[in-house]
Amino acid sequence: MTPDKFLFAFFSALAVASAVMMVTRRNIVHGAVYLITTLLATAGIFLQLDAEFLFVVQIILYVGGIMVLFVFVIMLVNLDVSMRLVQFNHQRFVAGTLALILGAQVFLAFRLGRGVLPHPAQLALSPKNTEAVGDALFTHYMLPFEIASILLLVAMIGAVVMAKRRV
Amino acid sequence: MPPAMISPEHYLMLSLALFTIGVIGVLTRRNVIIILMSIELILNAVNINLVAFSRLWGDVNGQVFAIFIITDAAAEAAVGLGIILAFFRNRETLLADEMDLLKW
Repeated sequence: MTPDKFLFAFFSALAVASAVMMVTRRNIVHGAVYLITTLLATAGIFLQLDAEFLFVVQIILYVGGIMVLFVFVIMLVNLDVSMRLVQFNHQRFVAGTLALILGAQVFLAFRLGRGVLPHPAQLALSPKNTEAVGDALFTHYMLPFEIASILLLVAMIGAVVMAKRRV
Repeated sequence: MPPAMISPEHYLMLSLALFTIGVIGVLTRRNVIIILMSIELILNAVNINLVAFSRLWGDVNGQVFAIFIITDAAAEAAVGLGIILAFFRNRETLLADEMDLLKW
């Protein structure tokens, strides 16, 4: 087993295992910690795919920003009541089966289309990953970038209005 | 830089596994915060696909799209958690099937 394959197996097993744990935990704080583990494992996969900038963004923004927000809100709401109740809803069996069927369908599509994709070619990405991403972001994707900033502004205003006691 | 040894199908399968777990979480859990976290998991699975294909074609565009998706996830989490806080102040519950203010 080459180091590449070992790292991929390690990170993907970690990601899938903690995702399963996240979905099944009764305590939301444990779920949040397992989701953080999944996101960190995904960051490792990004690093393996030569996406260094996304690796850093994933850790700083996802784990350091969004997940802290989640944990902060979990601390603000009262956990004790909901923890003692049933954790899954009435349509859980139907919904779970349908989700598994959806997954099986996509899996089958991937299996049937195997070999269509070329093996990771020697098309190497630019070694200056951050520079290449910044270049694409500020030239070709200038308009989407500005729209994303407006989206963030709107979301910020929306979050403040939602969380305020009296509007 | 040594060429990557793992085929894109492996990344697709990993992404599919995370996506399916996220869908199961959204559809079967009652707790709204877990549902929001499952949505984050789904977005994360999409990002793996985008970055894997970006690596496959040697093109940085997929990573730019992944950055936009992370931006969307941040916006969605902020607004969603604000709604959860407001809802919790009104109803003292976090369960999705008790959110029936618009039903009669």
